[in-house]
Amino acid sequence: MRSIQKNLDKFNEAGIRPVAISVDSPEASRELCQKAGYTFTFLSDAKADAIRRYDLLHAGAGEHGADIARPGEFLVDATGTVRWVNLTENYWIRARPEQILEAGKALR
Amino acid sequence: MNFKRFNWHVWAGFLLTLIALASYPFIYLNWPITGKIPWINLALFAIAAALLFVGVRRGFASDRNHPTRSKIGTSILTTLSVLLLAIFVFSFFIASRWLPASHGAPQIGQKAPDFSLPDTNGKTVMLSDLRSELINGKAPKGVLLIFYRGYW
Repeated sequence: MRSIQKNLDKFNEAGIRPVAISVDSPEASRELCQKAGYTFTFLSDAKADAIRRYDLLHAGAGEHGADIARPGEFLVDATGTVRWVNLTENYWIRARPEQILEAGKALR
Repeated sequence: MNFKRFNWHVWAGFLLTLIALASYPFIYLNWPITGKIPWINLALFAIAAALLFVGVRRGFASDRNHPTRSKIGTSILTTLSVLLLAIFVFSFFIASRWLPASHGAPQIGQKAPDFSLPDTNGKTVMLSDLRSELINGKAPKGVLLIFYRGYW
């Protein structure tokens, strides 16, 4: 998230809108954004509806056995079609902004 | 304290092990290039292991100059260090890979499933809104959806 925020100008310039989605409540996300200085959109999927629709549910992996999302990034074009996907096999390893911006060059 | 009794190799090795473990998120965030394999941390662990090795040899040496150097302390610190390394290796290389396969995730060329979720102000947002709302006065070319584990 921090690397996305750091490169937000580049994403804006490329016409790519980053959106973060987790099971955190809107309040928890707002607190995180204020603390960390994130200014892009954070959405709350408390019931994991969207997370299930994208088949990213990691059942019981959260605190007290809560269902959470496994990390995953999708670049969706203006028509709503997926153009790039990153489903990491190791949650320490995430997509880097340069990778995403590179993939974004193919968007029109 | 009698400095000759103080087994600084073991202490340095132990402290370096702590640093190698605790510094990972920091190093990862600042130099993402280390993200694939945590080279810097593994290097720190290697130096720590070398120090511990020397320390153990010193601790257990029947050296007349250091007759009472603590074997117990050396053993405890070394064991703790090995445990910490094991925790690091386990959490980085093994536990972090216990992720669902997500075979049903939308693939390249497929339609991204729509959703309708509240933002941090409680306002409901749909994927179609995100795709059409202007960025700096221009129509967006794409939306990057970042699903993350959350901070609970």
